[in-house]
Amino acid sequence: MPETTPTPQHNPEHAPTQVEQRAMDLATSEAVAIPTQASSREEVVAAGDGLLSAEEARSLASDAWHELRRNAFFVVSAILIVLLILIAAFPGMFTTTDPRDANLKDHYLGAPQWSHFFQADWFGYDGQGHSIYSRVIYGARASIIVGIVTTAFVAVLGTLIGMLAGYFGGWIDAVLSRVVDIFFAIPLLLGALVIMQAIKDRNEWTVVLALGALGWTQIARIMRGSVMQVKNADYVTAARALGASTWRILWKHIMPNAIAPVIVVSTISLGVFISSEATLSFLGIGLQEPTVSWGLDISSAGDVLRDAPHAVFFPSAFLSITVLSFIMLGDAVRDALDPKLR
Amino acid sequence: MTIETSDPVLVQPGVPLLEVEDLHVEFHTRDGVAKAVNGVSYKVHPGETLAVLGESGSGKSVTAQAVMGILDMPPARIPRGAIKFQGRDLLKMSNEERRKLRGQRMAMIFQDSLSALNPVYSVGFQLGEMFRVHRGMSRKDAKAKAVELMDLVKIPAARTRVNDYPHQFSGGMRQRIMIAMALALEPDLIIADEPTTALDVTVQAQVMGLLAELQREFHMGLILITHDLGVVADVADNIVVMYAGRIVERAPVHAIYRQPGHPYTKGLLASIPRLDLKGQDLYAIKGLPPNLMRIPSGCAFNPRCPYARDVCTTELPAAVPLGTGRESACHFAQAVLEGEVAADVH
Repeated sequence: MPETTPTPQHNPEHAPTQVEQRAMDLATSEAVAIPTQASSREEVVAAGDGLLSAEEARSLASDAWHELRRNAFFVVSAILIVLLILIAAFPGMFTTTDPRDANLKDHYLGAPQWSHFFQADWFGYDGQGHSIYSRVIYGARASIIVGIVTTAFVAVLGTLIGMLAGYFGGWIDAVLSRVVDIFFAIPLLLGALVIMQAIKDRNEWTVVLALGALGWTQIARIMRGSVMQVKNADYVTAARALGASTWRILWKHIMPNAIAPVIVVSTISLGVFISSEATLSFLGIGLQEPTVSWGLDISSAGDVLRDAPHAVFFPSAFLSITVLSFIMLGDAVRDALDPKLR
Repeated sequence: MTIETSDPVLVQPGVPLLEVEDLHVEFHTRDGVAKAVNGVSYKVHPGETLAVLGESGSGKSVTAQAVMGILDMPPARIPRGAIKFQGRDLLKMSNEERRKLRGQRMAMIFQDSLSALNPVYSVGFQLGEMFRVHRGMSRKDAKAKAVELMDLVKIPAARTRVNDYPHQFSGGMRQRIMIAMALALEPDLIIADEPTTALDVTVQAQVMGLLAELQREFHMGLILITHDLGVVADVADNIVVMYAGRIVERAPVHAIYRQPGHPYTKGLLASIPRLDLKGQDLYAIKGLPPNLMRIPSGCAFNPRCPYARDVCTTELPAAVPLGTGRESACHFAQAVLEGEVAADVH
């Protein structure tokens, strides 16, 4: 069957053509390289190898990295994300204006000055006379922390639980799946509202806790399904027949083949968590003044939306770009991890 | 390549490499118990190639999986039997002991190499993995070994193809990689489960020839599971024919082609297309393989057997010896062998 299957995804630079493959099959008695095929292949290897030592077997990760560097979506989203992380880590590098510096008399809802790059009045002023540019810069930290930490937490927890449930099945699956069902039944925002309500001192970490405690179920379910599909694959049986241990099978054979949907869902939920934080803050139950966050600013600017749309626009735009960057990154990583898409 | 000498299990001369004794395997399903293997016994000596022949559902693969220890239990269960590998009963070993034998002392080649190779790793990585896990080699040494193995199984331009992924190889090349992987640690026993079924005919012969050659070179025991009588003729030493979880006939390979001793074998041989009978209808064994949850009483083959008599529906035929190394589980074995019974025209 596989002998005749044409593989349209083949990148012609990477794989020999069908004809060459057939020719190679027929050239069996000696290990004779077919000259045209070998030379084109060496070129590819030489051109593609870059920093990697040709002597080492390339792992999945290094091959994926190879692939990613040539993907425009990855490059753009990675640059944006690096920039956002820099902003979150060192806001002082991008603005000298204090985001809590309010001057109602001079700056109440001041309009954006488009030509004043990187200055306090670049994006205008909000209803409290704060510099919106400065607040957008300082507000990135809350969103990035909540987004990344929560996603990392739910991805690890969800993957682990999904993998155990999916691979071992039986009573382990029954118990874990019921736990997942119970948590799944609690709506994310409503549950987070209740948790946040119970906490007096609210900051980014309490938001992470509230969202993380409820947000892992989807990933666990996806991972479970994905593992159940992959564990019956012949290569898992083959690995067992060649003496691989259970741990090794889970880690080396099942995880890399089952993780792709989790990566995609994780990046999407990263966006969901960032916007959930904004929503919680908007509702007045997430972060509190004097913390600066995009959600809080969108919330307070809602009151003056018709007079000063720019006060809503900038924090919202940054929120959207951040979410979009992570989703684009997720897509690129998923594609890179699947050798068949190359 | 060097033969490992530090192995604790010594190969004793005269002792069979593998001895399957009265093996029973059943599957517990929602609809009942499927008896896949019902008392199979066979032996494989070092350097011997044993072909296990049978159609789908005859229990040939399940027996092999039981030997390898890769049956999912449950639903599978082994109520009776012994599998002695180099004198030690595998069924009495711990899972960990058995795992250490797999890959090192016994290995398996699968039918569909596209699905039996992990799609996310390059073939060099997967071949090297064997050495890294079992021999603790560095990545670099393991890759050199991988190239060596790819050369051994005659993959052209192994050095440049070592970083390619399974889907970038043709079916024949992929099956060679499967063979290389099974051979990596120089096991004593290789089980090949329909190794050439997924390949086209010209490639089949090449892969089979390679397997036979390497088996001779490394003096391994080889169990060749197949439903294709044509494939085994040149490479196997002995044959066992399975039907409904039992061995119905065993014989040296050439004897069986000359003179089948069981009606089922006879039917199989008659259904091979032959050039000299071109233009005539191809013979087919009537009916379907039995449902393993309701195996017919008496001889399991009786509903499909053109020679069936009343006794066949009531009594399970015992194995009848038919000369050296031959036996057939048929009430009329001798007569079938000599072509004396007339087939009923159904």
